[in-house]
Amino acid sequence: MKEEEVNFGKSDKFNLTMIPGKFARFLRTCVIWQFIRFLIINVKMIIVVGKSH
Amino acid sequence: MARLIVMGGGVAGHTTATFAKKWLGNDHEVVVVTPNANWNWIPSNIWVGVGQMKKEDVVFPLAPVYKKAGIDYRQAKAVSIHPEGKEGSDKQFITIEYTGQGKEGQTEELEYDYLVNATGPKLNFDATPGLGDGNGQIGANTVSVCTADHAVHANSELRRIFEKAKTEKQKILVGTGHGMCTCQGAAFEYIFNIEHEARKAGVRDNLEFKWISNEAFLGDFGMGGLHMKVGGYVVSSKLFAESLYAERGVDWILGAHVNKVEEGKVHYEQLDGTMGEEEFDFAMLIPPFAGVGLKAYAKDGSDITDTIFAANGFMKVDADYTPKPYEEWKASDWPRKYQNPTYSNMFAAGIAFAPPHLISKPAKSPNGTPINPTPPRTGMPSGIIGKAVAHSVCDMIKNGENAHIHEISMAEMGAACVASAGKGVFDGTAAAMTVYPVVPDFEKYPGTGRDTDYTFGEIGLAGHWIKHILHYLFIYKAKLKPGWTLIPE
Ligand SMILES: Cc1cc2nc3c(=O)[nH]c(=O)nc-3n(C[C@H](O)[C@H](O)[C@H](O)COP(=O)(O)OP(=O)(O)OC[C@H]3O[C@@H](n4cnc5c(N)ncnc54)[C@H](O)[C@@H]3O)c2cc1C
Repeated sequence: MKEEEVNFGKSDKFNLTMIPGKFARFLRTCVIWQFIRFLIINVKMIIVVGKSH
Repeated sequence: MARLIVMGGGVAGHTTATFAKKWLGNDHEVVVVTPNANWNWIPSNIWVGVGQMKKEDVVFPLAPVYKKAGIDYRQAKAVSIHPEGKEGSDKQFITIEYTGQGKEGQTEELEYDYLVNATGPKLNFDATPGLGDGNGQIGANTVSVCTADHAVHANSELRRIFEKAKTEKQKILVGTGHGMCTCQGAAFEYIFNIEHEARKAGVRDNLEFKWISNEAFLGDFGMGGLHMKVGGYVVSSKLFAESLYAERGVDWILGAHVNKVEEGKVHYEQLDGTMGEEEFDFAMLIPPFAGVGLKAYAKDGSDITDTIFAANGFMKVDADYTPKPYEEWKASDWPRKYQNPTYSNMFAAGIAFAPPHLISKPAKSPNGTPINPTPPRTGMPSGIIGKAVAHSVCDMIKNGENAHIHEISMAEMGAACVASAGKGVFDGTAAAMTVYPVVPDFEKYPGTGRDTDYTFGEIGLAGHWIKHILHYLFIYKAKLKPGWTLIPE
């Protein structure tokens, strides 16, 4: 069984959710991709912070 | 020379006092009355609670910082406000009781021209039998991460559980300890940080994780949840929260009012009226928040606490407190000036101001027990409000009573939140979110109540890096190091 599918079977509640697959999980801690996301999130946050001051 | 007294040296009060002193210079006095000797970057208490930071990493002494800034620091707790003075004197004052500086237990009257209440929350552990010790402190059945000392204790208990989990099954319960709690975000961070540490320690398989919360749905966070654009869809935070809990194997109990805590067991009532019990080996339950219990007296000594404070102990400001049903709630109910309606030289900032109503949809069990999150006032709004109040007071001092009052509403203000889901430079993750505005405005943004162009969230290592950088940045700012004013709240 694929790793991400194991938890679906653990409870009815888990069964009705979405669980990220291998690639989505890899991207979460992939340093290059996360560095790009870091820049994007910072820009987005600065815009919201700017709108709030 | 005018005197501003700021009661409370936390996120909001420290911001108000330091900016007011900077803008007023030596022409006027700024006094901070706060019972704590240290300033605490509270969000990082989570990492102290899992042993990833030490107490010294999240606190620093206030006295040298205030000395450098020229702020008169009284390590004391404010006890009462006398906004009309007393018999024989019209001068407004507060009474304080020292908790340090070698004057422990001594009381003093401090006169003021302007007063800011930034006393934050009372951690009301005793609201739930067994959660408190009956004397206002946390009881022995659960742990907390609300203060740095609580977090140190939580980590030592957690290590004991991890040790046991090497050979036997253990159960971790984290969430809210009452039906009227706020601060679900902190509990969320704690449960996922424990889960992350458990994997690292190789004991995950022997640990069962359970979330218990007063939220009607996962991802409510006391803000009625939020909607964000993802992959071409506009998606509720519920879907993402459920996804994370399922992925990490954390089961949940929702719509729960914990009404009793015993050693190793909580009793709770749910929104459908059913009663339940949940056993645990380790539990961290956030207490409900209340005002810190300040009293207020008129000139003749009569008690006017009810005039100045709402029933929950938070200070009344320029909000619309008229009780009305959820369908009639408006963004304009929320305060803009944080000024007390009776005494215009008195303001409240951060958690200390009384919100007009909840943000999440109110809910009661068939037995009449209210079970709903109360509104969060997180770090960014607390800091922004603290700064706006400092602006208003400075303008009033410099330009007189009718000076321009700075306005900022939580229904027009966004917030950036980063919720840690595990610490680590290469394997850490955090949910980075922005909401705009914090309080939904369904007239301006029909449907979701928020601007989905500015409301987003994603989980990953980048969020963790941001959270870690913010830890250093905000401590640097609070220490008033060079360039501190350039760092936004
Ligand atoms: C564990 C945890 C994690 C959190 N994580 C985040 C996060 O990641 N992001 C975020 O934005 N927010 C977070 N928050 C919320 C954030 O800490 C609060 O929003 C913020 O501290 C509120 O600021 P405040 O100044 O109103 O209250 P506080 O910071 O609590 O300050 C209140 C101050 O008043 C003092 N005081 C109390 N009684 C008296 C009295 N009688 N007289 C004088 N002074 C008094 C207190 O000692 C304290 O110094 C978290 C909260 C907790 C508990």
